[in-house]
Amino acid sequence: MSFRVVHYINQFFAGIGGEDKADVPPELRQGVVGPGQALAAALGSEAQVVATVICGDGYFAENLEKATADILQMIRSCNPDAVVAGPAFNAGRYGTAAGAVCAAVSKELGIPAVTGMYPENPGVDMFRKSAVIAKTADSARGMKDAVPAMARLVLKLLRKEELGSPEAEGYLEQGLRKNFFTDVTGAERAVEMLVNKLAGKPFVTEYPMPVFDRVAPNPPLKDLANATIALVTSGGICPKGNPDHIEASSATKYGEYGLEEFDLLTASSHETAHGGYDPTYANNDPNRVLPVDVMREMEKEGVFKKLYGKFFTTVGNGTPVANAKRFGAEIAAKLKKDGVDAVILTST
Amino acid sequence: MVHVCTIVPISLTVGANRIIPAVAIPHPLGDPTKTPVEEKIIRRKLVDKALKALQTEISEQTVFSE
Repeated sequence: MSFRVVHYINQFFAGIGGEDKADVPPELRQGVVGPGQALAAALGSEAQVVATVICGDGYFAENLEKATADILQMIRSCNPDAVVAGPAFNAGRYGTAAGAVCAAVSKELGIPAVTGMYPENPGVDMFRKSAVIAKTADSARGMKDAVPAMARLVLKLLRKEELGSPEAEGYLEQGLRKNFFTDVTGAERAVEMLVNKLAGKPFVTEYPMPVFDRVAPNPPLKDLANATIALVTSGGICPKGNPDHIEASSATKYGEYGLEEFDLLTASSHETAHGGYDPTYANNDPNRVLPVDVMREMEKEGVFKKLYGKFFTTVGNGTPVANAKRFGAEIAAKLKKDGVDAVILTST
Repeated sequence: MVHVCTIVPISLTVGANRIIPAVAIPHPLGDPTKTPVEEKIIRRKLVDKALKALQTEISEQTVFSE
């Protein structure tokens, strides 16, 4: 008898479609779909993929609770021994969905659940503690390594074998600490680390510090009537034709463009450069992402003093955190220098 | 700064302090199923909310859902 595995994938990997189909609700299919074929091969005779649950990334993200509940119900109906989700690589909404499905499966069904993501996927920080996440490359080019890694992990869990350290097993740290016996006291180990550090040699800490990127909230805006407000977006809105060629994904730059001559944005003046959501709505009416029409109206009414004369824009779609950080720092410095009092940042 | 976005959990993860939940991923400040007039009212309400959030004293990450 072999173990029963249910596979969760998004609409893209199911071959249903890209962003234009991201709103499809959950669906249960018998057997393997898309990357499930590779998963079935990697699981071998020990486990079989009995069914596949498919859900649009957009649908999942916008209906978190309902989608999770419906998907859980579908999975439960298959009576599985384990669930595998993804791999999601660096796709943020897919990673979030795969992580949420795994977390719900472990919690509600009490069976192993494994997914796979690139370490910078936002789903990692949200679900690393509640899901086993195999470390993958940032794009589907890494499929041939990701699927066997996930299969290996889920088979181990199905056999009720204990997982070794994240480094040894190829999954992402879950923030767990395990006690073990050693002949060397803490004092000796600490001194050894210190000596290595002083000598510029590598050493491995036994207590890594968490990486929190947090800033204290700024004090509130005191005098709105006299304030200059700026608009910034990660939704890719740019002048028609995308003059600076901001990338549709993995952006390496941001743009800054004049707003002085615009009372509103139109389909003929602006568009979105973003490749991670259906651009129809933003292209038809860019104010849906960058609310220039309403801001201009409020400026005229005197709600605030001035809409800053430029807007800053980039594409938040698989954008490396290091790039985003740099964009943010540069944009903030420019806004500060120009005396902007507050910023409305919109994201898609 | 106030972050107007649809996927609030991502905003919380990346560390925004003032967060306004928006309409939908491809149209955070609009709703193509409504008339242009209704849509602009929705947008105005969200921007109003954003400006209120900017004027609110907070001590930790805050989602302004009301």
